[in-house]
Amino acid sequence: MGDSLPLWWPLVLACVLFAIGVYGVLVRRNAVLVLMGVELMLNAVNINLVAFDAYFRDVVHGGQTLALFVIVIAAAEIGLALAIVLRVFRTHGHIEVDALRELADRDEPPADAGADRLDDRAEADQPQEAR
Amino acid sequence: MSWVQVIFVLLALVAVGSALLVVTTRNMVHAALWLVVTLGAIAGVYLVLAAEFLAWVQVLIYVGAVVVLLLFALMLTKAPTGPQPDLDVARTVPAAVVAVLVGALLVATVVAGFSDVALDLEGTVVGSAQSTGATVFEKWVLPFEVLSVLLLAALIGAIVLSRGDEMVESAETTETARRGGR
Repeated sequence: MGDSLPLWWPLVLACVLFAIGVYGVLVRRNAVLVLMGVELMLNAVNINLVAFDAYFRDVVHGGQTLALFVIVIAAAEIGLALAIVLRVFRTHGHIEVDALRELADRDEPPADAGADRLDDRAEADQPQEAR
Repeated sequence: MSWVQVIFVLLALVAVGSALLVVTTRNMVHAALWLVVTLGAIAGVYLVLAAEFLAWVQVLIYVGAVVVLLLFALMLTKAPTGPQPDLDVARTVPAAVVAVLVGALLVATVVAGFSDVALDLEGTVVGSAQSTGATVFEKWVLPFEVLSVLLLAALIGAIVLSRGDEMVESAETTETARRGGR
């Protein structure tokens, strides 16, 4: 038996990792953990690219080069996303993605600032403006 | 099973198991460290699939840089180091159903399409630094240059985003300090 393996093995590995990444993005509350799920999904795509590069015996290695570009784009994405996460942490004090309601950067605090926090006490004290 | 198949299956099991731990563990720092294991196993998969240069790039950029960046973000957002009970949203089951459906759909598609195709690694050209470099600078020069501009723009954006207020404040303080010194 030569050095061969069924092509669907790496493809199924990529699909399973992608599904795990989808689960991580959907289920995590912390923004940094959501980004970890995104990284898993990007890596799954790279496995696909490398597997088809080896299958087609690409002499110019298009699949591997594209995977390299995806890695670079993922590095740019993670740097920018973590900067946004730090910014959100500085303005809101937490990075729970399901508790973030007010994302605008304003000079004066908005009238319903309490909606961002989980208690609505501030909302009860002052009457709401007409909407 | 040949040795290549055994090694591939072992690496795939390590990658999938540690990826599951990344999305289910109760400890945020452990999630980042399990991500190291997953990305390392994926680098091993690249080696099996004759992508040598890509495997080392994976180790350098993902394991070396991205995970360290994630750990720094956890540190700067004051993430608690102990196990946390409330890391997941309340609706875990619908998310798991969606993920299983996505996985089942993708797996069914690739198995239906490629179940009888063998990936012969016997005479494959290994993607070394030489061949990858020649490809990038002969065939992919324009995307490479565009990518470098994109990376520069993203990093400048990250710097501006992460220290927007402080730059203005520090400029003002140096201005007042200079005026006061005079």
